[in-house]
Amino acid sequence: MPAPQQRRLIFAHIDEPGYSNDLACYLRHGGYAVMKQAFARKPEELIDEVKKSGLRGRGGAGFPCGVKWTLVDRKSGKPIYLIVNADESEPGTFKDRCIIHQDPHQLIEGTMISCFANNVKQAYIYIRGEMPHGARILEKAIAEARAANLVGQNILGSNYSCEIYVHRGAGAYICGEETGLIESLEGKRAHPRIKPPYFPAVLGLYQCPTIVNNVETLCHVKHIADMGGEAYTKIGTPNNTGTRIFCVSGHVQRPGHYEFECGRITLGQLLNDVCGGPRPGRTFKAVIPGGSSAKIMRFGERYKGKRKVGAEMVDYDWGVEDVPMDFDSLGMIGTMGGSGGVIVMDDSVNMVEALANINAFYSHESCGQCTPCREGSLWMKKITTRMVHGDAREQDAALLKGVADQIPGRTICAFGEACSWPTQSFLAKFGDEFKNYHEMKKTAAPSAAPLI
Amino acid sequence: MNLKPATLQQIDEVITHYPVKRSAALPLLHLVQEDAGWISPEAMEWIAQKLGLQPINVYELVTFYPMFRQKPIGRRHIKVCRTLSCALTGGYKVCEQFQREFGCHTGGVSADGEVTVDFVECLASCGTGPVVMIDDDLHEKVDAAKVKALSDQIRTAASGRPAP
Repeated sequence: MPAPQQRRLIFAHIDEPGYSNDLACYLRHGGYAVMKQAFARKPEELIDEVKKSGLRGRGGAGFPCGVKWTLVDRKSGKPIYLIVNADESEPGTFKDRCIIHQDPHQLIEGTMISCFANNVKQAYIYIRGEMPHGARILEKAIAEARAANLVGQNILGSNYSCEIYVHRGAGAYICGEETGLIESLEGKRAHPRIKPPYFPAVLGLYQCPTIVNNVETLCHVKHIADMGGEAYTKIGTPNNTGTRIFCVSGHVQRPGHYEFECGRITLGQLLNDVCGGPRPGRTFKAVIPGGSSAKIMRFGERYKGKRKVGAEMVDYDWGVEDVPMDFDSLGMIGTMGGSGGVIVMDDSVNMVEALANINAFYSHESCGQCTPCREGSLWMKKITTRMVHGDAREQDAALLKGVADQIPGRTICAFGEACSWPTQSFLAKFGDEFKNYHEMKKTAAPSAAPLI
Repeated sequence: MNLKPATLQQIDEVITHYPVKRSAALPLLHLVQEDAGWISPEAMEWIAQKLGLQPINVYELVTFYPMFRQKPIGRRHIKVCRTLSCALTGGYKVCEQFQREFGCHTGGVSADGEVTVDFVECLASCGTGPVVMIDDDLHEKVDAAKVKALSDQIRTAASGRPAP
């Protein structure tokens, strides 16, 4: 079956010739009209629309946005903060960069609607340090919006005031974890906080109730406020509503970012029809479907089980190409949709070397707070790097598994899972390649693209 | 501290963005580094005093966040992405070639003081790998020919600069 058409909601104007990131262009395209309408409604109504929409967070965990907002402590009398998580750092993910660079006002409008709905008077956009131009573009866009009275004091005579500031990170991946981000915004090392008690909705920034939402999530809020929560559920599939942006990278002919209705496209359609399939003379070997911490899928394997379709339970028997790209389907087969970063590897890639690359990333990025993560990620990197550059041994596979299995569930934040899932899944899916690596190495030609 | 008047003005402005002064620590470190090129011990003490903190509260940030530097680097900063998608498309070779072009190792400064080449983690442009940041600018799909062209540009810009 050919792939469906893209459904560009968030990316409606991305890469459109003549579309610029200034306020005048945004207004010409109907910008801030949704915000004006939203400000005439009751904040609770807007929260209800988001709840009804079923919108799930686009940063990685897929937590329902409406539920996140419902958990906010509104009785404490403390100010409520909203933080835009623009720390986009999960390897394989590059969607927020496009929004920030090309359509910053869409993000600001979505943010302002979310702030109004939650009675937020101060929002911060935490943008990763490696996007200096992005930070400047946002600062300019906010200044334009402020000058037009779309942000700041008594917005458009509504008596509602809300300020936004841009805050730059400085190269630490862990700032994408929401409590690490909050610590960082408080001017500290980004050591994630333990939950309970530090749920951001209750004890977040400056110990006040805080909402942390991903850039793409907040853009979706604008469209939900526009069309209504009910209409939004018609896009996508049940429990996986709306559109999803897939960022495809690695060994395909046409890498890039594509927006589709969630669950309406399979992985095979995305990689073969949309991205043009493997490079000439190559075949697909493996794919990571949701950012580098998501568990790897091996081409040729099958996933079987029962799933809910409507009210009925039906059997499914999928190859990698058949899996629908939504949160639930990918979760069902033991991986995740995560941040939408799809990393493709063809048959030129050795999996020990690919894992060594990923392990070097997580070892570099562990905040160092919890021993299992700090030491475990370091040793997984040391072992896989030694296998590639030094002596590889048959027992290394078991050793790696032994280290990886001791990390998840024993750390303050989900980084423990994120750093061990690659090792666990690579070993589960490509165990032979790890066991035989010491033999294979003796005769193999050096790789065309070294990975470590 | 010998900071430019414009930097001092930005510092005073950015502190007003937060109800708690300490939050301005990262912004101040960025501003000082942009002005001075690196973060000296004196700078850390100055920032600490400005925000009512102990110097250790600033030092622990400089040692935690990879973008802050405790020593000067070359006038131009080349950052090659090391992470998976860029590596799959040739990132390691790109980094090696830049180092050969300027005769320096990762993190070191070229003999003429012009360039530092760093191999950094994911720059969030995975679909156009290998990517390289030179100072604030991103360069996409960098192959051998592009490394050569970018290196030549850097050398041309350097030769056009008056000798100190």
